[in-house]
Amino acid sequence: MPQNAKRLIPARVGERLLKVAGWTVVWLIVAFIILPAVVVGISAFNDRAILSFPPQAWSTRWFQRAFSYRDFSDGFRNGLIITAFASTIALAVGAGFAFALDRYRFRGKAALEAMLTSPLVIPHFTIGLGFLILAAQIHATRTFALVIVCHVVLVLPFVMRSVYVSLRNLDARLELAAASLGARPGRALFTVTLPLLLPGLFSGWLFAAILSFNEFTASLFVTAQATQTLPVAMYNYVREYADPTLAALSVIYIVVTALLLTLANSFLGLGKVLNVEHAR
Amino acid sequence: MPAERLDPPEPGPVTVPATRPVGVQIDGVTKRFGDATALHEAWLKIADGEFMTLLGPSGCGKTTLLNLIAGFLEADSGEIFVGGRLMTETPPYDREIGVVFQNYALFPHMNVAKNVGYGLRMRGVPKREIEARVAEALALVKLSQFGDRKPRQLSGGQQQRVALARALVIRPKVLLLDEPFSALDKNLRGAMQVELKEIQRRLGVTTIFVTHDQSEALSMSDRIAVMADGRIRQVGTPDEIYRRPADPFLASFVGDVNVLPGRLERRLGEVASVLVADGRLQVRADTLGDLAPGAAVDLFVRPDAVRVAEGEGLLSGTVATHVYQGSHVDVLVDVPAARGGRITVRVPGYEAPVRWPAGTRIALDFAAGDAVAFASDAG
Repeated sequence: MPQNAKRLIPARVGERLLKVAGWTVVWLIVAFIILPAVVVGISAFNDRAILSFPPQAWSTRWFQRAFSYRDFSDGFRNGLIITAFASTIALAVGAGFAFALDRYRFRGKAALEAMLTSPLVIPHFTIGLGFLILAAQIHATRTFALVIVCHVVLVLPFVMRSVYVSLRNLDARLELAAASLGARPGRALFTVTLPLLLPGLFSGWLFAAILSFNEFTASLFVTAQATQTLPVAMYNYVREYADPTLAALSVIYIVVTALLLTLANSFLGLGKVLNVEHAR
Repeated sequence: MPAERLDPPEPGPVTVPATRPVGVQIDGVTKRFGDATALHEAWLKIADGEFMTLLGPSGCGKTTLLNLIAGFLEADSGEIFVGGRLMTETPPYDREIGVVFQNYALFPHMNVAKNVGYGLRMRGVPKREIEARVAEALALVKLSQFGDRKPRQLSGGQQQRVALARALVIRPKVLLLDEPFSALDKNLRGAMQVELKEIQRRLGVTTIFVTHDQSEALSMSDRIAVMADGRIRQVGTPDEIYRRPADPFLASFVGDVNVLPGRLERRLGEVASVLVADGRLQVRADTLGDLAPGAAVDLFVRPDAVRVAEGEGLLSGTVATHVYQGSHVDVLVDVPAARGGRITVRVPGYEAPVRWPAGTRIALDFAAGDAVAFASDAG
């Protein structure tokens, strides 16, 4: 007994130390993750016309400028149009391919899968440049269609992945059960398969939308003055000005994205949207 | 009634109780997956309202046969009839067959009532009638209070009942169950077995039950089809399967056995005289094929058929140890004459260890009618 007691006390102290150290590391990592956003967020309220930190005087005038600056509002509108089309088309195409890859065995299946995921490997500027060269051949460099097609290609792997994972996690016996209960294939699709895939489809669409809206590298190549998206407009702005308008815009960006995710969470549950629950 | 042997398969008459119409008929059905034959010319007739179990180790083809009957798979050859109707061209959704899956396959996005009513909605049954029949089905499986719950809020046993109600509410011609109890713990499994059997008897629905659990098969079935390696090896009542196994594999698969080497002395019609240990036994000859007198045979005897003899017995040995099982005790006896040198004697009650402690010399006996002889593969 005394021997045990002797050993017990140092062990407890060691355990507590480890616990404290562990939490310190966790908080440091979290701090580093949010640090850039915090710095930019604070800079947005700087009254001075240069990006400096920490601010000496406070103001919200850069938010007004962010909203009133013509290129930004145009870029925002263009971005919404492009995002809406690109992510929806990518969802339809990606879901179709995911379905084919999951349900059928055919020649060249592995090759198709590799090709569909290749945008993950090919740098965005390569894809952008490629589309620019192609578009120049047919004099279509100033069209929305070019930007949309380029974005579809870029986000397709993410959409496909998301739908494919949902399909994989769908128990095939559910469709058999529906069939045995008298459901024709079409009705089984609409009453069982699609409702269960909905979170996967929606999360695929949401990721595509966020990626498309934020995409910069390829967009720089394929957009023109009339079709430029918000990130491209921001890049053009920062080449001319160095005031905190961009910081203000960043704050708006973060708030809007957070709101979107919160909405998605309350409607479908973030676990489902991110496919966490499905991957059990 | 003799146990039927279907190996080698013969398209001959497979006995069904003559007074009842045929519910399901399997005529020479073969199913291959690539090079592997999952089901080899299966012949089986299941009477209307009968509880038939497909029993066999995993990979024996029992689930394949079930999927063929449900229409989830297409046979390479042979025909399946349900209620006298040829099913070959009928898709699963027109077969009127209820299926309970191993993992229940409840629709996770629907509550219990919606799950149970699904088949009725697919049939365009009026809403009022759906409500009434769903309520009736839930009452049948004692889940009336659970209509609003989602499947994930239910225990395994409750999910099982929902799956059963969902399959029964469409008033299927046949009910198929694929190892429905394998995910349940032992106590619950026993209760569900009794309940399923009662429901089945009350509704009189033709039922095909797939399991690898021999005690489950013996306790629930009207008849059992034992399968191995893609073939139906024997069809018979639980008693026939247990006491009259058609071959050594079946004897060992369905319950424990003791094996005694012996020699075929002579045959007289349906009776064979076998020399074993110090004695002579008259056993049935139908399991011996065309074996000639003088050939080596193995005598299979169940532990519950062996008893400790007062005075002289057919066998003698020394008690080695006891395995206490609650309702009975397995006494392991060293018997030099037995294959493996050991005989298991199943004695009801708990007194065996006291009456015959280890080291006691005892004599053993069994009725000739409880022994089955097969040609010895040990030569």
